[in-house]
Amino acid sequence: MQTAITHPGAGSVHAGAHAHDHHEPSFLTKYVFSTDHKIIGIQYGLTSLLFLFFGFMLMLAMRQQLAYPGKPIPVVGGLLNKVLGPDMAADGVMQADLYNAFGAMHGTIMVFLAIVPLAFGAFGNYVTPLQIGAPDMAFPRLNMASYHFFFWGGVVMLASFFVPGGAAKSGWTSYSPLATVADLNNYIDGQTLWLIGMVLLITSSLLGAVNFIATIIQLRAKGMTWMRLPFFVWAQFVTGFLLLLAFPPLEAAGLLQLSDNILGTSFFLPTGLVYNSQPLDVSGGGSPLLWQHLFWFLAHPEVYVLILPAMGIVAEVIANNTRKPLWGYRSLVYAVLAIGFLAFIVWAHHMYMTGMGTKIATFFQTTTMMISIPSVIILTALFISLWGGSIRFNTPMLFALSFLPMFGIGGLTGLPLGLNAADIYLHDSYYVIGHFHYVVAPGTIFGLFAGVYFWYPKITGRMMNEFWGRVHWIISLVAMNLIFAPMFIQGIRGMSRRMYDGGATYFAEGVGADPGVLWLNKFITHGAMLLALGQIPFIINFFWSIRNGRKVTSDNPWQATTLDWQTPTPPPHGNFAETPVVYRGPYEYSVPGAKQDFTPQSQPN
Amino acid sequence: MEIPYAVKPRPDTGLYNAKVGIWLFLASEVMLFGAFFSTYILLRVQAPHGFWPEVALGWPHGLLNIPIGTFNTAVLITSSVTVVMAWIALKQNEFARFRKFMAITIACALGFLVIKTFEYKEKFGHYVIQLADGSRITGHLDVQGKSPLFWTKKNLEDAKLESLKVLEDIPNKFRFPVGHAIPEDVHKAHAEGHHHKDREIPVSDIVSLKAFIPSTHPFFAIYFTMTFLHGLHVLGGALVLFYFGFIGTRLWKTNPEQFTNRVEVGGLFWHFVDLVWIFLFPVVYLL
Amino acid sequence: MSDSKHATAPGGTGHHHSHHDYDFAAHKKVYWAVGAALLVGTVITVLAREWEFSSVALTIAVALFIATVKAFLVCAYFMHLLSERKAIYLVMATTLAFAIGMVALILFSDKDPIPGTLPKTVYVP
Repeated sequence: MQTAITHPGAGSVHAGAHAHDHHEPSFLTKYVFSTDHKIIGIQYGLTSLLFLFFGFMLMLAMRQQLAYPGKPIPVVGGLLNKVLGPDMAADGVMQADLYNAFGAMHGTIMVFLAIVPLAFGAFGNYVTPLQIGAPDMAFPRLNMASYHFFFWGGVVMLASFFVPGGAAKSGWTSYSPLATVADLNNYIDGQTLWLIGMVLLITSSLLGAVNFIATIIQLRAKGMTWMRLPFFVWAQFVTGFLLLLAFPPLEAAGLLQLSDNILGTSFFLPTGLVYNSQPLDVSGGGSPLLWQHLFWFLAHPEVYVLILPAMGIVAEVIANNTRKPLWGYRSLVYAVLAIGFLAFIVWAHHMYMTGMGTKIATFFQTTTMMISIPSVIILTALFISLWGGSIRFNTPMLFALSFLPMFGIGGLTGLPLGLNAADIYLHDSYYVIGHFHYVVAPGTIFGLFAGVYFWYPKITGRMMNEFWGRVHWIISLVAMNLIFAPMFIQGIRGMSRRMYDGGATYFAEGVGADPGVLWLNKFITHGAMLLALGQIPFIINFFWSIRNGRKVTSDNPWQATTLDWQTPTPPPHGNFAETPVVYRGPYEYSVPGAKQDFTPQSQPN
Repeated sequence: MEIPYAVKPRPDTGLYNAKVGIWLFLASEVMLFGAFFSTYILLRVQAPHGFWPEVALGWPHGLLNIPIGTFNTAVLITSSVTVVMAWIALKQNEFARFRKFMAITIACALGFLVIKTFEYKEKFGHYVIQLADGSRITGHLDVQGKSPLFWTKKNLEDAKLESLKVLEDIPNKFRFPVGHAIPEDVHKAHAEGHHHKDREIPVSDIVSLKAFIPSTHPFFAIYFTMTFLHGLHVLGGALVLFYFGFIGTRLWKTNPEQFTNRVEVGGLFWHFVDLVWIFLFPVVYLL
Repeated sequence: MSDSKHATAPGGTGHHHSHHDYDFAAHKKVYWAVGAALLVGTVITVLAREWEFSSVALTIAVALFIATVKAFLVCAYFMHLLSERKAIYLVMATTLAFAIGMVALILFSDKDPIPGTLPKTVYVP
């Protein structure tokens, strides 16, 4: 990847502005402490893909336990036992604590270390300044700091696996009082490191959000009015605001829970708590519900942070591969702004089971139903955009197209969860897991895959292999559905989530739900293995194509209209040879009377 | 490669980049302190009725020194005035004046922190003592003329004390929450300036001893957390202003407009720190 | 970023702010006046403690009202929000709305609970 980057300051552009850039920057300055948004975007991209892979491995181990409870984990079981000890993996068998630790960390890593950094940090950083015609982000050094906060936050999270007691095991939701009492013996336990890691990651996102928003407001090129912005930029803009305003309450809550764990305070510990038959020696007087409110105040907007950049990518890919403008650009913009606003006032639909009064529950139910409207508007506009299009079925487009029904399923299955009455039954069941994975896994991740295949030629100057791209796509699509669709059935039949024995205890004779769905655990695990197999061509393709992929013959191989494709390949330091001027909207494809079937935004007439 | 509008404002927004950036950052800080304030409100609203320490988790009042808090507020307000005067001095091209006002601002900031430290220290030497008869009292300790900090029952045993001299707090009028009628005898005691009475308590009568630290009561937990976090912001802001005022001043010669902008942005942060205290002071000290 | 393209002599400022005839003296007077007002407001807040109000709600309202007035003065004059651009207003107004909404919704969520569902607190003496 590094070989394809031109040296900043080398030759062609900015002879004048670089009058004082005589010396070659060192390796550290150029690649570790870079302030160039493109390098930072690549840093975010590679790091987050590694975390995506790691989170995926955690899930595979968990699925092994669920399908074959009590059997040693193949391949890594012995290693887990040796490294983490018999408390976690005696004889290679996943113990309850390890399952819980893997579960909590799978969620945390996927959300905060993989998807958001990839969607916002990687694609956002690389593409946004290019698409608005800017030379870089408004605050390049802040950008570098953001990446480093992310990186070291990730290191802390990984380190948490190796401390006494293991990684955090109270869910990615880290509810008190469990998060405080789970490891009473150690100060520096997995939960503490989780909290410290979260503070670092939140700082990274906050700084990034400030940068993105300021950049989009201030650094748009001449002629790039708000309503000429590519939808991708609008999506990143709203995402920035979600991160900016929703993360601080979780940072506050994280500090308070850290205080509970280390200083022995009782912010979230209720009075009279008894643990292991001993009354806890704390003051009490705290509120476990307060943690939930502050957590979900972030975590709900967070899910829109997960989806909006992917929607942005899908919009770009669809416009480009239908050779026509997006249908309903204005509706898309107003819808994404509406989502940005409503996202802040729906959070307690995650808390219907906490005994909230009916008035307040109705409030949250209403806002939750309302927010489905702009989401549907966006999806509908994207669907209608296909109508009458001259569709090119390349790999990015295949991923973008399949995003639509997959996100549709995810979104629709969210409706019963948003309704108070239905949620009473479905809360904490596998139905929930099916729902949110559909939106993020064949939803967001497909959007991100589309983005990888789409922008790869701009970043590296080579195309990824099309055949293996399609293999990656079809296996992933089939496998995702095999994994997550059965979970709806399991959930409706009463299977609870977060149970390390796959719910076998819950289904035991005379205890509870219908054990007829237990066999689906094996089915789903085999689906997960198929998904794992399907990623192998992607990983190989990704690295192989850097040196051996088909070289592009133009700077704009997809014949796209947006400014990111009107740059050299890869774009040099400063991005544009001359500051671009924008004359038209972002999706001027198939303009009647034009010479080509696309007219770049920077083309005067 | 130069980032546009780093110094000159962008025509259609009328803003330069750092100003947009700092206001966005302040928006996130509003949410951060908002979360802490909602924690305070929730903890207080759900506290059982009744006076602390008789009622174990009743909300305490009158434990914070109001004159000192008021003085600290005045110090911070003064620093807010001086930081904006520093900025305007730059606009008038009066660098020496700018330096003077920055120095006062930083001095105020440090003064605020020093006073805070003394307040904290006083709390760490202030105790809630549970007695064998089930009652609870509060007060400072006198161990050979010194006022020890962070002691627990174990320290009493280690020091092999037989009896403990306690300067027991007499309920003063501030311990009654606002809106509560204050009994006559408390008015009388307060008017006469009696704040505590000396008491010698046998160590065997003492069940537990805890200083006013975060783990002692949710009130202390939220008080220390919020004021400490605010203090960190004061310190951070002071360091940045010190850098602008005394270390990174070469920029004044090479690009005075950018330098002035930096001071303005630093000042905006400083005003926000003052704003938080404007709400924090009445909420924890007075209400 | 630090190369000065404009040939201003060191110290040559005063040309970039929105109002061209920037009246320094008048602005400085305003700053001192606001500072004095803030100090007075502080004293009033403390003294207000002495007055006994009829209800807790009224007490809190008075304290917060005085604090809000002081906050307004700081924002409007020290932070120049009164003369600042719409974009900033919009951001801060929205933020404030969300902050207040967050506090209010958290507080109201345990009003009128479903009977028997909130945890009973057991006081361990």
